[in-house]
Amino acid sequence: MEFLSYLISGISLGSVYAIIALGYTMVYGIAKMLNFAHGDVIMVGGYLSYYAMFSFGLPWFVALPASMIVCACIGMLIERLAYKPLRQAPSLAVLITAIGVSYFLQNSALLIFGANPKTYSNPFQSVNPDGSINAGISLFGGQLTITYVSIVTIISCIIIMLALNFFTSKTKMGKAMRACSEDKGAAQLMGINVNRTISITFAIGSALAAVAGVLLCSSYTLIQPTTGSMPGIRAFTAAVFGGIGSIPGAFLGGLLIGIIESLAKAYISTQLSNSIVFAVLIIVLLVRPAGLLGKYVPEKV
Amino acid sequence: MLKWFKNAKKENRTDYLTYLGVVLAFIIIAILNNAGLLPRSRAGQLVPICCYIVMAVSLNLTVGILGELSLGHAGFMSVGAFSGVIASQALAASIPSAPLRLLIAMVVGALFAAVAGFIIGMPVLRLHGDYLAIVTLAFGEIIKEIINCLIVGSDANGLHVIFNVKGLKTAEDLNLLEGGKIIIKGAQGAAGTETISSFTAGFILVMITLIIVLNLVRSRSGRAIMALRDNRIAAESVGINVTEYKMMGFVTSATLAGAAGALYGLNYSNLLATKFDFNTSILVLVFVVLGGLGNIWGSIIAATVLTILPEALRGFDSYRMLVYAIVLILVMLGTNNEKLKIFFAGLAKKAKKAKKGGA
Amino acid sequence: MGKVKSVNDSPLVPLPTNAFVPERDLLKTPILETRHLGIDFGGLKAVEDFNLIIGRTEIAGLIGPNGAGKTTIFNLLTKVYQPTRGTILFDGYDTHEMDTVALNKAGVARTFQNIRLFNNLTVEDNVKLGLHNDIKYGMVPGILRLPSYWKEEKRSHEKAMELLSIFNMEGMASWQAGSLPYGAQRRLEIIRALATDPKLLLLDEPAAGMNPSETAELMENIVAIRDRFQIAVLLIEHDMNLVMSICEGIAVLNFGKLIAKGTPEQIQANPVVIEAYLGKKHGEEA
Repeated sequence: MEFLSYLISGISLGSVYAIIALGYTMVYGIAKMLNFAHGDVIMVGGYLSYYAMFSFGLPWFVALPASMIVCACIGMLIERLAYKPLRQAPSLAVLITAIGVSYFLQNSALLIFGANPKTYSNPFQSVNPDGSINAGISLFGGQLTITYVSIVTIISCIIIMLALNFFTSKTKMGKAMRACSEDKGAAQLMGINVNRTISITFAIGSALAAVAGVLLCSSYTLIQPTTGSMPGIRAFTAAVFGGIGSIPGAFLGGLLIGIIESLAKAYISTQLSNSIVFAVLIIVLLVRPAGLLGKYVPEKV
Repeated sequence: MLKWFKNAKKENRTDYLTYLGVVLAFIIIAILNNAGLLPRSRAGQLVPICCYIVMAVSLNLTVGILGELSLGHAGFMSVGAFSGVIASQALAASIPSAPLRLLIAMVVGALFAAVAGFIIGMPVLRLHGDYLAIVTLAFGEIIKEIINCLIVGSDANGLHVIFNVKGLKTAEDLNLLEGGKIIIKGAQGAAGTETISSFTAGFILVMITLIIVLNLVRSRSGRAIMALRDNRIAAESVGINVTEYKMMGFVTSATLAGAAGALYGLNYSNLLATKFDFNTSILVLVFVVLGGLGNIWGSIIAATVLTILPEALRGFDSYRMLVYAIVLILVMLGTNNEKLKIFFAGLAKKAKKAKKGGA
Repeated sequence: MGKVKSVNDSPLVPLPTNAFVPERDLLKTPILETRHLGIDFGGLKAVEDFNLIIGRTEIAGLIGPNGAGKTTIFNLLTKVYQPTRGTILFDGYDTHEMDTVALNKAGVARTFQNIRLFNNLTVEDNVKLGLHNDIKYGMVPGILRLPSYWKEEKRSHEKAMELLSIFNMEGMASWQAGSLPYGAQRRLEIIRALATDPKLLLLDEPAAGMNPSETAELMENIVAIRDRFQIAVLLIEHDMNLVMSICEGIAVLNFGKLIAKGTPEQIQANPVVIEAYLGKKHGEEA
């Protein structure tokens, strides 16, 4: 029973990572860059929903789309200002720029929202008539509790993954994205607006980050300027783990990383949980340099 | 003497000038310091500045000269710092001479970091670009967590080490004899370290680092390392062993960072493993990028200025990282965007013309 | 790995009867022999059943329409790609276990179709990198600048200058390789390859982008290099004038298969080759 509860919390955590990793993977697939600032967009999404819900008193189903829209705009803005001028630059330069953007977001948040963590009350729970908080479903006579946040997280992750799969394989825009990720030059010659496609990819990725921000803050019930960085890095690990550029890969990688982290914390060591996750990543990369579901493309000579 | 200098090759001349500049800077600062003319806050920064110069120059070897982005350079500094502290504290009774002990600590720190660099290099250097960067980041975090789990003490029987995986053990579990001392207390880091670092040692380390890096770059091995950066496939086609030279660059870089770490660790009585986290790696990367990739001179100046500046502008402190971030982005845009490049080149031409016209 | 063998210790391999090798090389082991060489990319057979023999001092040409697999052959010969099938014998030895570095040490040097210089280094350093395995001092003597450093650097400098003089490029020694004009970059690539002291020089479209007078000069130089260093040259080239006038043996590749081998005269008269280049005549198609 204990194992089952760790497993479920692992899947729930993994679903959040998967949502973040989907954003990473889409951006990498199309722009061939590691958007290091992706994790910090999560934090921005978290703060936006925090203020929407607790300062303006909006319900979560209004706050969530609102912060998704704002984050999408921020994502497009970042792409336009910082990454677009570097399309032809070496990847090292782009990566360093992305790190700069990440620091910019974190430190802006530090100045605007302050360094102290804020309490983020979980919107996915109800108050019982007797005043106690009903946070989840109790099973097996109270031995196993599945929180509503976990359920919402897992369901949203599955919906997002299916929707993205449909979007990239069936819609015109999705096909344009796949074309751009294969060959930008050829896509342009076929009349696809590459800049707009990249922009929209960033918008979708950032909107997903906002969803992840709300879910993440709801389950940790805290938010601070560095909230996004560690989940961002783990989700990135998940994207690489599953094969960066691959949507099912990000989903699989996210789930696996979440489960590994949860079980490692429970059975091996809390202090070394990051190390264990990273060690798994390194081993996977050595065996499969392009991740579990990725394609290895050798350099053309 | 002057004739010999004139006959030297152009790049050798630049190197000699670099050495001369560093020596002069050291002499001036040492005189000011001894005369008590430096404010206390500045004097306290001398050793960290030397450490950061070494860190920046050594990271430049990996990023600018080998051409691989490392996001875990602080990890090697950490290995060097804690192994150096352990060596120095454990040998305190048997080697009373502080400079000798500092030397040993720095050598130990360098060696441990070299070993760490080699172990990390084996898997890491098989990867490329972004993947390599993310794995170095992972290793930096792993090193931090592992050191957080260490409890180390020493007594008459020698060193006692506990690897505190579950977080349940304390320094009590070391079972030290009477008169033994605790050196590292897990997550609370090293405490009660005897601070034996000195500016002179820092200066010597900077000079050694410069000589190693600059001479390496101008030698057969350094050329091979730069060839890998410029074109790996062509390098292989002329018989250059990729793994060997990547490893050479990476391990040399780690070794120097380890020595810098030992110097840094022995400059403070308390030291936490979290000091050497991802942010420190990025900070050093900022030095390297702002100083110019592959430009050793630039690294020295960027490390010095950016270590002094935030302290000098204390009130400005909360904006420091924000400013770093903006500068980092602008420098990358300015140096890599064709349009901006042309714009800046045009400005430089105009400035030159104006100067000529005036003269 | 990488043991450099002398000419005489290689086993004598009898030549297949249909091989073209110039008369002066007939009694020696061929420098290169491929047997049934092939590689697949996915399901596509990019090169199939490629058999070629090159004599010790032969200048050979590899021609064929675009996309025929010529550069792929070079990549197979230098082990940038691993062959799916077949054997490559270099200097009489099987190269099965060797990688690009080992093959270079054994004596295969090449240039690239899309020039691959060390762009941020000087012209002289590019040549010195070709001399890398000839320069005998390690990392530590280099850092400490021991006498071996000064001695070897001086020797390699002189050698680099001597090699640069082949194409009259001594004056450009301190230029940055990436800033050289196009033709000079191609020549520098040849010099860098020569610096590795090869027995077989693979040139991938050496005359691409050159004007007729530059091409004429290049032709003379290729022959001069062969005469001076007594090495074999295999070149890919679209300039038929160059190929027909300096190559002693020519192999024609189409769709990954060898369709003809022989002297320039034989190739020019071969109907299969003419068809591959010009397509079938209308009358024959019906």
